[in-house]
Amino acid sequence: MDLYEFQGKELFRQAGIPVSEGRLVLTPQEARDAAAELGCPVVVKAQVLTGGRGKAGGVKLAISPADAEEKARGIFGLDIKGHVVHKIWVEQASDIAKEYYLSLTFDRGTKRPLFMFTKEGGVDIEDVAANTPEKLAKLHVDPLEGFQAYQARRLVYGAGVEDPSEQKQIVSIIGKLYEAFIRFDAMLCEINPLIVTPDGVVKALDSKFTVDDNALVKHPEIAAMRDLDAVPVQERMAKEKGVTYVKLDGEVGILGNGAGLVMSTLDVIALAGGKPANFCDLGGGGDADGVVDALEVITSDPDVKVIFFNIFGGITRCDVVAEGILKALDRIKLTMPIVVRLDGTNAEAGRKILADAAPANLYVQPTMLDAARKAVELSR
Amino acid sequence: MAIIVDNDTRLVVQGLTGREGSFHAGRNRSYGTNLVAGVTPGKGGTTHEGTPVFDTVADAVDATGANTSMVFVPARFATDAIYEAVDAGIQTVICIAEGLPAHEMLRVYNHIRPKGITLIGPNCPGVLSPGKANVGIIPAEIFSFGNVGLVSRSGTLTYQIGHELTQLGLGNSSIVGIGGDPVVGSSFIDVISRFNNDPETEIIVMVGEIGGDEEEKAARFVKANVTKPVLSYIAGFTAPPGKTMGHAGAIISGSSGTAEGKKAALEACGIRVGTTPTEVAGLVAEVAKSL
Repeated sequence: MDLYEFQGKELFRQAGIPVSEGRLVLTPQEARDAAAELGCPVVVKAQVLTGGRGKAGGVKLAISPADAEEKARGIFGLDIKGHVVHKIWVEQASDIAKEYYLSLTFDRGTKRPLFMFTKEGGVDIEDVAANTPEKLAKLHVDPLEGFQAYQARRLVYGAGVEDPSEQKQIVSIIGKLYEAFIRFDAMLCEINPLIVTPDGVVKALDSKFTVDDNALVKHPEIAAMRDLDAVPVQERMAKEKGVTYVKLDGEVGILGNGAGLVMSTLDVIALAGGKPANFCDLGGGGDADGVVDALEVITSDPDVKVIFFNIFGGITRCDVVAEGILKALDRIKLTMPIVVRLDGTNAEAGRKILADAAPANLYVQPTMLDAARKAVELSR
Repeated sequence: MAIIVDNDTRLVVQGLTGREGSFHAGRNRSYGTNLVAGVTPGKGGTTHEGTPVFDTVADAVDATGANTSMVFVPARFATDAIYEAVDAGIQTVICIAEGLPAHEMLRVYNHIRPKGITLIGPNCPGVLSPGKANVGIIPAEIFSFGNVGLVSRSGTLTYQIGHELTQLGLGNSSIVGIGGDPVVGSSFIDVISRFNNDPETEIIVMVGEIGGDEEEKAARFVKANVTKPVLSYIAGFTAPPGKTMGHAGAIISGSSGTAEGKKAALEACGIRVGTTPTEVAGLVAEVAKSL
């Protein structure tokens, strides 16, 4: 789960990492009030779950409360890479003498957390890594030993920070970032830029924070930060029903079991000349209620013209899915064509259940490729 | 031979008495897997459908000589179950359970790796060695014995490809589902390396998907170390960037982790990549004929 800047900064603040004071606002008027309360100048920052908002005009300096209101008016509703701005963070402006970069990521390759620190902040870290790797200090932490203070010193000296006061502040921030990373089950904590003000204060000017979805059960306060307005209505509905669903742009509604098979199904639909409307994984259980929930989510997308069930039974039993399909068709009257392909555990029983009931809009196909072609044909 | 599970497997199931654990352990036993014990705290001394149940894995190992564990407990108990199995002397742990927090798995991985323990999963379908043993949820009836080693990040997609191979008259030495989480106990490289040393395996198929760079690393390993032909399938050519496609690991971030990028990297290392499960099965059949 990706957090907004203001949410990540709140977690930074809880961990003791210095951040500027700010307010979340939902209207231009609130931006004006926040600016008055905080004292100008302020920075008016669009809150979107994507990068590049500065270039898109989503970050502006305001010199007065009236100016903050006007800047906010211009930013609300802005479309930044498909993310429409509904929330703005107004914070006290900082004078910037230097911009550094600090991150802690979950390195899947080495199976260890990875620190990266460089004095070349404010830019794309991949560029620094590619063009001037000597300026990037990197360090892995053994998750069993945990973080040790000397590691922070190695990063700070390694990147060439020379000012003793800066060294001391950054060593402290590095330790706190590790604490935040562990405490909140983060997959990524990035501070870009980590700034030094003209009077020598180091603080986090931005935040990129991703929390492990599997750990959200341990962090209800973070799970509650999820912004349901930021996702398509079908994805919100799916979340409530516990269905794994991603909205796409096509017209073939896809329902399968297992993430890999569903991804493969999307590819096969594309190869057959169609466009998938969604990714939808029934997951492991796949009981009748699960099928009903998934169908309700998929058919709530008005673009869907045909539904393609691609089921390969393992932990999911095909007879259970077949019953689920029939039960769902009883509950929600679907007139659109449904193409079904069942194989694996209890597949014969499943096919028999469908054949016995035989609704007119149901097409049972023998292979994944045949089923995909049929679904694409019916979507036209 | 085969890899990871075979005729020498003595299986203990952690979570045997649960609904799913019971169903799949029963199927594994019917297949011929030597299921020797179950573990459910509080149910020690009872039997479950003829299998003795113990309170702890250590008790199960002492009484039955179990050497392989299948973890079928709810997510919040799963890392504890893995530690328990390893501390009881189990050498092979196959974790079917899903939803394990990544940080917990990071510690598990770093704990077991120096001990030489084989961990498959979590969030995986398990391992099937046709004709010998099945540990997990792979529907064994769609696979037959043969010379193709199959390793995959996905469950049902593996069945799909195995099914296509069977249609073409090809069988498998072992089928290994390594799981789609960010941290898994065994990587493609770990499993491919075993297939390379397994006399029953003559062709290796790697089934990957978007996200991470494990397929690319495996490709470099194959080029440098593997003498047997390796073929691949990658799922997710149509997946949009920035969206997690079901598996926590299946996400395209920035320019890395795309299916196109993986395909190019694999082909650069001499690995042919099929664009559909049917196509990759066809490629395998071609190679099998030329052996």
